[in-house]
Amino acid sequence: MWKTILRRFLIMIPEVIVLSILVFLLAKAMPGDPFTGSINPKADPAQIHHLMKINGLYDPWYQQYWNWVVHLFHGNLGNSYQYQEPVTRLIGGRAANTLWLALFTMILTYAFALPMGVYAGRHEGKLPDTIIRVYTYVTYCIPFFVILVIGIWIFGYVLGWFPTTGSISSDATGWLHTFGSRFYHILLPGLLGALFGTVNIVQYLRSEVIDSKHSDYVRTARSKGVPSKDIYRHHIFRNSLLPIAAFAGYSITGLLNGSIFTETVFSYPGMGLLFVNSISYRDYTVITALVLIYGILNLIGTLLSDIILSIVDPRIRIQ
Amino acid sequence: MAENFEQHSDISAADLARLTQEAQAEATPSTAKIIWSEFKADKPAMAALIIIVGFILFVMIGALFINTPKMMETNIMGYFNQPFTADFWLGADSAGRSVAKQLIVGSRNSIGIAIGLTVISSTFGICWGLISGYFNGYIDWGMQRIYDFMMMLPMTMMIIVLVTIIPHYNSVTLTFIFSIFYWEGTSRLIRSRTLAESEKDYVAASKASGTNHWKIIFREIMPNISSLIIVDCTLSFAENIGVETGLSYLGFGLPSQTPSLGTMIANANDPNNITQYWWTWLPAALEIIILCLSISYVGQVLRRAADSSQRQGSVN
Repeated sequence: MWKTILRRFLIMIPEVIVLSILVFLLAKAMPGDPFTGSINPKADPAQIHHLMKINGLYDPWYQQYWNWVVHLFHGNLGNSYQYQEPVTRLIGGRAANTLWLALFTMILTYAFALPMGVYAGRHEGKLPDTIIRVYTYVTYCIPFFVILVIGIWIFGYVLGWFPTTGSISSDATGWLHTFGSRFYHILLPGLLGALFGTVNIVQYLRSEVIDSKHSDYVRTARSKGVPSKDIYRHHIFRNSLLPIAAFAGYSITGLLNGSIFTETVFSYPGMGLLFVNSISYRDYTVITALVLIYGILNLIGTLLSDIILSIVDPRIRIQ
Repeated sequence: MAENFEQHSDISAADLARLTQEAQAEATPSTAKIIWSEFKADKPAMAALIIIVGFILFVMIGALFINTPKMMETNIMGYFNQPFTADFWLGADSAGRSVAKQLIVGSRNSIGIAIGLTVISSTFGICWGLISGYFNGYIDWGMQRIYDFMMMLPMTMMIIVLVTIIPHYNSVTLTFIFSIFYWEGTSRLIRSRTLAESEKDYVAASKASGTNHWKIIFREIMPNISSLIIVDCTLSFAENIGVETGLSYLGFGLPSQTPSLGTMIANANDPNNITQYWWTWLPAALEIIILCLSISYVGQVLRRAADSSQRQGSVN
């Protein structure tokens, strides 16, 4: 068991190093430099050169990369040129918004998907199963950003039930009011994300339930006279819970990748929106930091899922 | 062989013809036949297929008759023209450009990119999966590590970064950039099936008789998993429509002067447009939904055809 985890960690290290080099080089290759924006007729070219020099922008790339890595380990990701603020603080402020939204969406997804999966598996081949299958299939194949746009149109603008921008209303005061306002702002994106992201969990749980319906321990429970409801709730569901929990890691990576769309549509000030804005301003200290953070979060999510799955299913471990 | 058989058998020619016919009737029907009977049995699937094929043909041919640069010219007289009028069937956008015409050219561009992306990324993914699954061992291990690395990359972000680096891109470069990141799903699926297929006796027999590895992979294993490949390509085509339109929506796909379904939906980013001038973006959004649903439905039918236990149509 520990060997598997250790090996996964060891494989992770070169991946992170390669990612950091790749991200760094891509950011360097982006057109323009952070001072292009400050060039105006009054600016002295010599001064710009001086700025470039003291910021180390004329050094060879490996030298710049090394400086960047050393700063990284000191927790210094550089300054944002657009916001004139340390990147760590800038992202720290936005990360909480993104993570809250992702966490909320994930909880809702499980809340919708678990009953659906068990119910579909229990009534395999009957009408409820067909309805749930059609539902997951329809929600799966529509591109998510289209759903977001139509959702914000109907519920945000036409019906006016939900706020359409921001993460908190400007007049929120007091602990309770602040919390309520934040919750109100993530409600619609969270609901849309959850309603349209159930497919993996439902399908996995459904097939898991169908498989265990015919297993020995269920037959034993039945012959003991355990009521059918309890068999599903305690015996089958308990057994399927851990692999389902493992999906959390994968769904985090999916939610993070989706956050770029969600946050753009809802003008929600999280990391995804920050990324889109930074691209337009060529703010490449922020871009590198964000791509690296998203990559590492993806990696951790997958690692978490793999570890849980290997605890549950020894066949994965042996390989 | 056949001559020998005829010489030494006492079966009459008439009997032979009858037996051949019976044998053919009992033989496994061809894949095309199975798929066709599956569509005939499922009327909604037939409707979906007709919608897709008819629509793609319509936009491909229709776009030929539209002068794109002229269409994209600003026409102040048509500023937010109402829909369902004689000049503008679906109204006009803020620059007075006809939404209906943009929709036709935009669909052509978006569907074209989706087809290109599906062809390139699926071809690559299939080859990757076949090779990785067949050569179990160091090659597979190395290819798996590259696969893991690609899975770790935040795809949308990487594509956006690449798009901003490349100074002058068009739909072809864009298709290639997308293809770099969208082969993993296919390769994973094909690899797992190839792993199972390589264990089978016919592969062992072929290896023992000294067949070239590449011939085993592409002439023997690949035809055996062709139904899986067809299903996967269809489903990834539906997904790929979302890829380009999504990035164009964010403003990092096709440039705004080139109409695409995504840039049209991006009209909805303006709070005025989204409520007052709904015709500038809603048709494109509905079109994407209908297209994706129809294509995946066809994919589901193909999947059913590939799995004999789920078939609904009868061939004979």
